[in-house]
Amino acid sequence: MKNEDLYNYVLRLGDDSLILGQRLGEWCGHGPILEEDIAMTNISLDLIGQAMSLLDYAGVLDGQGKDHDALAFLRFENEYRNALLLEQPNGDFANTMMRQFLFDAFRKPLYEKLLESTDMQIAAIAEKSLKETRYHLKHTSEWVIRLGDGTDESHQRAQTALDLLWRYTDELFFQTEEDTTLISLGMVPSMSEIKAEWSKTVLSVLEEATLVIPTNNWQFEGGRRGMHSEHLGFLLADLQYMQRAYPNMKW
Amino acid sequence: MSNREWPLWEVFIRSKQGLNHKHVGSLRAPDATLALENARDVYTRRSEGISIWVVESNYVHASDPSDADSLFEPSDTKVYRHPTFYEVPDGIKHM
Repeated sequence: MKNEDLYNYVLRLGDDSLILGQRLGEWCGHGPILEEDIAMTNISLDLIGQAMSLLDYAGVLDGQGKDHDALAFLRFENEYRNALLLEQPNGDFANTMMRQFLFDAFRKPLYEKLLESTDMQIAAIAEKSLKETRYHLKHTSEWVIRLGDGTDESHQRAQTALDLLWRYTDELFFQTEEDTTLISLGMVPSMSEIKAEWSKTVLSVLEEATLVIPTNNWQFEGGRRGMHSEHLGFLLADLQYMQRAYPNMKW
Repeated sequence: MSNREWPLWEVFIRSKQGLNHKHVGSLRAPDATLALENARDVYTRRSEGISIWVVESNYVHASDPSDADSLFEPSDTKVYRHPTFYEVPDGIKHM
């Protein structure tokens, strides 16, 4: 392998985008209102597009001639490196928006830092993706504020979503020993910087939304090491079915 | 679940610099900020525009179709209002 440390890092980014994009796509045709149905599938397609760039680059770093399709469709569950947050079921609209918001608030500062990466390919992907992610964060922030500071029912649903999803947020900032090498080479930022930015965004939006962070801060982790919840297998069955049933098919 | 519908908004898109905003359709949204975002998602996803206006449909005042005769027909017989009665000199091109 050409650069195993960077491969693992890029794979995590790519898998986050791929799995969340696939999850969000499940809303297609089921949105609470036509306009939001289109908004969610737009975001889903943005994420799938980012996943294609990231996984293609992961394939290059791997050096075995794999493209994004090979990485997306032909790995097993325990080979995925996405954070657990992103494979969680959609739940209701508040749950989907909250999950997306917690992720966007993480992705935006990450892409902003990756713009300065000494790795040109990563910087280029970050530049293209950041424009999309800025809009995602704006949109989901607006929704979290409106749901939280809306009716009694929307507030309750948004608070329930936050209570459920908060336990998956620490894992977003997972960092390995090998990452410290990448950090020292200026290829990727330190996750502590990203977490500071994330906290600032999340706290201010949640405050405006009149939502309260759960006092129980017990956190799940495992996705970054390939140990996933039972939900990922079902998602991958949907995602991979065609390639598994008809190997090498193109369309 | 509330049965109150979100207000309707009219959407205007400027397709490129120098052109007017043109009416492209309408959508529902709870407020102006989300109306702009929805308009972006629904009406500019195929690169249709560079600027968006949204106006709550309530604020659009329309002429009454039953007045159409008195409003618009009188001008049908006034062709002289078109600047087509001038002799264009030979040397002028592109007219």
